[in-house]
Amino acid sequence: MRDRLIFTAQLLFTLLVAAFLVVPVVLSISAGVTVNYFRGISSGVTLQWVFQVFDLYADTILLSFLIAFATLAVTLLVGVPAAYALHVRGGLLSRIVEEIITLPLAIPGLAIALALLISYGGFGGFRRSWLFILVGHVVFTMPFMVRSVMAVFSTIDIKTLDEGAASLGAPPWRRFLDIIVPNAMPGILAGALMVVTLSLGEFNLTWMLHTPLTKTLPVGLADSYASMRLEVASAYTLIFFIMIVPLLVAMQFFADRGQKA
Amino acid sequence: MNAIVGHGASVHIEACAKTFADGTLALAPATLDIARGETLVLLGPSGCGKTTMLRIIAGLEQPDAGGRVLFDGVDITAVPIEQRNVGMVFQSYALFPNMSVAENIGYGLKIRGVARAERAARVAELVALTNITGLEDRRIDQLSGGQRQRVALARAVAIRPGILLLDEPLTALDAALRDRLRGELNRLLRSLGITTIYVTHDQAEAMELGDRIVVMRKGAIVQIGTPREIYFKPQSRFVAEFVGAANIVEAPVADGRLMLPGGVLPLAEGDTHPAAVAMIRPETIAIVAAEGAALTGTIDSISFIGDRQRVIVGGASDKPLTIDAPNTVAVTIGDRVGLSVAPDAIRLLPEHD
Repeated sequence: MRDRLIFTAQLLFTLLVAAFLVVPVVLSISAGVTVNYFRGISSGVTLQWVFQVFDLYADTILLSFLIAFATLAVTLLVGVPAAYALHVRGGLLSRIVEEIITLPLAIPGLAIALALLISYGGFGGFRRSWLFILVGHVVFTMPFMVRSVMAVFSTIDIKTLDEGAASLGAPPWRRFLDIIVPNAMPGILAGALMVVTLSLGEFNLTWMLHTPLTKTLPVGLADSYASMRLEVASAYTLIFFIMIVPLLVAMQFFADRGQKA
Repeated sequence: MNAIVGHGASVHIEACAKTFADGTLALAPATLDIARGETLVLLGPSGCGKTTMLRIIAGLEQPDAGGRVLFDGVDITAVPIEQRNVGMVFQSYALFPNMSVAENIGYGLKIRGVARAERAARVAELVALTNITGLEDRRIDQLSGGQRQRVALARAVAIRPGILLLDEPLTALDAALRDRLRGELNRLLRSLGITTIYVTHDQAEAMELGDRIVVMRKGAIVQIGTPREIYFKPQSRFVAEFVGAANIVEAPVADGRLMLPGGVLPLAEGDTHPAAVAMIRPETIAIVAAEGAALTGTIDSISFIGDRQRVIVGGASDKPLTIDAPNTVAVTIGDRVGLSVAPDAIRLLPEHD
């Protein structure tokens, strides 16, 4: 009897907490398909706001994905070899480099953006292109890739595997592709998931670095909240939600498979 | 068997030393020759420099300036491991978890651009040779320790290396399996006839596998010799005690005899040294009747081991003597017994190592 009571109380509490978190999501999404939010859902359901968002902000959505996957490509090409080099080399210098790579986590995005603007703002063509935002995203997401790959390296004695492949005649690049990358795959997938997620959702760095022609999805969202009807902004959230959830689920699925394989 | 082996190379190591970045001397300058087809064992306690020497021969470490490594007379000191054509078996085996057993064994051939069909034939040959038939498609984490050891060996031999390097290949296994695999490994290495350098801290492995043994201590070579020489004629107290059990007796010498508290032991050579440190192996001491014996003592303890019994006799020497007696000798604790040792079984050692 007493156990039942405790169980019921715990269940209720959990449901309340869950509801506290889920209700805003549901309200926000429903606002995006409501004809008039202030009159409530009884005013009717419509997709007009969603279409309006597509008309106004389709390019921000595209740009966000472009930047997210470009960020992923750069962090893979640079981060995985870097993690390998840092792990195999070891020593004080490697520790220092690792800390420097990690620093952007502690520094506010605004400060990073400001530093980039002061340093490279003068290069007009570069400043105006989306590559400027890409640089910021790479700086910000790199530690997640490097750290998660290094975490895997520290569990599988990658140095001995590398030496084993070398003893069989494999030159460094073959060892990297045949041995290092396949065995680091769980860390690479986990890192990739983090990088794409963080890049898609990144706001404060991007907000500082963007131009009217290089808006990403979160920046566009802020823009619409500030200047549009609430319904439009909510429809925007809905689109963000619909695009990112399947992506995350898919990536999580691959990461899990990578972990098992 | 010629199909299995490449030709073995001879190895010459000249003044190879290794100082680590923190300044510790891992290996004092060492010079060593290994003949084509020979199995050389580097034996010593952990931290003696044996693995460092192996890694220098492999090309995984560079010797300090002045050191040179030659294969078949060719200086390969600056050549990286991947171009040295050495087969290496690591203590942890270093098998690739992302590949099957067959892919592991065939990896070195794949790197060398050997065609798929030829590769498969060679893998099959080695699978049969190392007794792992049926495991070809297994993943590495589905193998037992002994199976992993065989795969690692097959992978190292598959490339027909000039030199086979083994770094404590049996240490990760439990005792019974280790004994069995040691015998198998011995037969395999003999049949391959390949130049082999084998690192171990286990003197039984060294004895069984080595044509010659290099005993190392604190980064330096202390003795090189055949297993028999190392066992019967150690040149230092360290070697005597590290390889097998040994009684170390310190006593004055008079008239070519060791003067012990419980009597005398005649020495082989007419040694005129006033005092000596001598080594006597436990199995070379025979228990005889106390009457008329030149050396006597009292039995302190008896451990029956099965194939023999280990008897500790006090009062005969400055320290109790350990004796391995046949299991048929009837003795009782407290018995007064005579001891006899053949003069050539007493090995005089330098007083200080």
